Amino acid sequence: MPMDANSLTELGVKAIRDGVAAGDFTAREVAEAFNANVAAASALNAFIVATPDHALAAADAVDAARAAGEALGTMAGVPIGMKDLFATRGVQTTAASHILEGFEPEYESTVSANLWKAGAGMLGKLNLDQFAMGSSNETSYFGNVISPWRRNDGGNAALAPGGSSGGSSAAVSARLAPAATGTDTGGSIRQPAAFTGISGIKPTYGRCSRWGIVAFASSLDQAGPMARDVTDCAIMLEAMAGFDPKDATSLDLPVPQWEAGLNPDMRGKKIGIPREYRMDGMDEDVAKSWDDGIAWLKDAGAEIVDVSLPHTKYALPAYYIVAPAEASSNLARYDGVRYGLRDLPDGAGLQDMYAATRAAGFGDEVKRRIIIGTYVLSAGFYDAYYNQAQKVRTLIAQDFAKAFEQVDVILAPTCPTAAFGLGDKTSDPLSMYLNDVFAVPASLAGLPAMSVPAGLNREGLPLGLQLIGRPFDEQGVLNAGLALEARAGFDAKPERWW
Amino acid sequence: MSIDRATVAKIASLARIRMSEDELDCLAPELSGILDWVEQLGEVDTSQVEPMTAVIPNTLRLRDDVVDADPLTGGNKRDDILANAPAAEHGFFGVPKVIE
Repeated sequence: MPMDANSLTELGVKAIRDGVAAGDFTAREVAEAFNANVAAASALNAFIVATPDHALAAADAVDAARAAGEALGTMAGVPIGMKDLFATRGVQTTAASHILEGFEPEYESTVSANLWKAGAGMLGKLNLDQFAMGSSNETSYFGNVISPWRRNDGGNAALAPGGSSGGSSAAVSARLAPAATGTDTGGSIRQPAAFTGISGIKPTYGRCSRWGIVAFASSLDQAGPMARDVTDCAIMLEAMAGFDPKDATSLDLPVPQWEAGLNPDMRGKKIGIPREYRMDGMDEDVAKSWDDGIAWLKDAGAEIVDVSLPHTKYALPAYYIVAPAEASSNLARYDGVRYGLRDLPDGAGLQDMYAATRAAGFGDEVKRRIIIGTYVLSAGFYDAYYNQAQKVRTLIAQDFAKAFEQVDVILAPTCPTAAFGLGDKTSDPLSMYLNDVFAVPASLAGLPAMSVPAGLNREGLPLGLQLIGRPFDEQGVLNAGLALEARAGFDAKPERWW
Repeated sequence: MSIDRATVAKIASLARIRMSEDELDCLAPELSGILDWVEQLGEVDTSQVEPMTAVIPNTLRLRDDVVDADPLTGGNKRDDILANAPAAEHGFFGVPKVIE
């Protein structure tokens, strides 16, 4: 059945892959349809650069392979958005920073290479918070990403798409891409997914290679897929994951067949509800969506169990020591010598060049975190801050381990609120950090965690529910996500205004 | 813990980031606020707790002791490595004069 371009861009990963394989439409038709949507959506500022030729070339290769009767990859014919934190050979890779503006890697990140090998193509490099530091996509050197969503109050206040994967979330929810890569250090896949009514999963730390991903906090950074539903996330995660000898923390384990293993039957499963996540003054709509999620999983056959994660309130402050500490070390490489920006004032020596280059090349939030990190690692403070935070991190991981003796998966809200307005939190860094309160604990413990859309709040904005699983149990997380998805029946999408 | 301007200036110098007087004035109270907030970690009794070293247990591997085992990350990549340098000269990274 021939499909017009508008119908093609409503399709997700599975529908595109299966449709291309069945000959319902060509990969080139799909790529052209999404390229057109990308080109028409500059008002969202979701892409830093568009790469329509890359998408078309990958599509043509898939169409040719199909014509020749060759086996097609698991992402064959699916054009995706690539967060601009992944090194892509010959295509500008900036981490949304000035210091890397114009940087064209001579190599390809492992995750993006895996996706191209599976038959995916690239629509472009997606905007993000600078060096993935932010929760609203307001720290990018290339400007804010505007969420395609608006409140139902008739106003047109610009809302945050979440962060740091804000270009990814905006692009997928606005139908500029059927799926996109994200990275999650302290919620950067889950929070933007929740803000824009899409799904996203951060796998167990080590599932996806970090090789070729611009480093933020190496003990936390994990790549993962963002897509419109749970099945599409399973397909794409399978293509992204895998052992990589070039990443010392890569897990030397076979990649499970998550797509084939999808099963929404929750009978015999225990779902934990962490009481510490029910905070005083919790947003009523968020509390209600959590209750809905409990009822849906019960309906799917799960037993609901109250669990305690007593150190929850310390997760965020521990994160804001560990992550900036690692960032201050990782970002020491930007020195104006080997790549990126160089600012060499007249008559300056080497040290002055370093300081001038970094002053000109880093944005305010990046500088703030480097300074915090340098401070907590400096002589005399290391034990009080960094070591104490790493001990608290051990306690947080133990909390989860104890809870997982009783339950299979934990259910909680993804975020304390729906999307906030651009500019609402920029004057107070702490209030911005607090938005990640529910997302950060799973990051500190390296656990697989996912956000799925649960419904709309009274302002007409999406809310997400979060599922957290045992280490290596992405399948349990995806399955519970599928059970929620079937019952939430979320089919809202932003009305096109851009 | 209150962080004064001089401390921020010292840390900025350690971090090799040049900062204007205005930036220092702005950052000092912000950092104080953030550090006051993280200090609640001091409430937690961690006397019996080891600091986390690996979030998911893993064993460190050694690669095979072979030259260019992975051609992508092996040797003979000079031109690739210099391709993005702001000032590559004669096969080296160019830097301002270091020794007078």
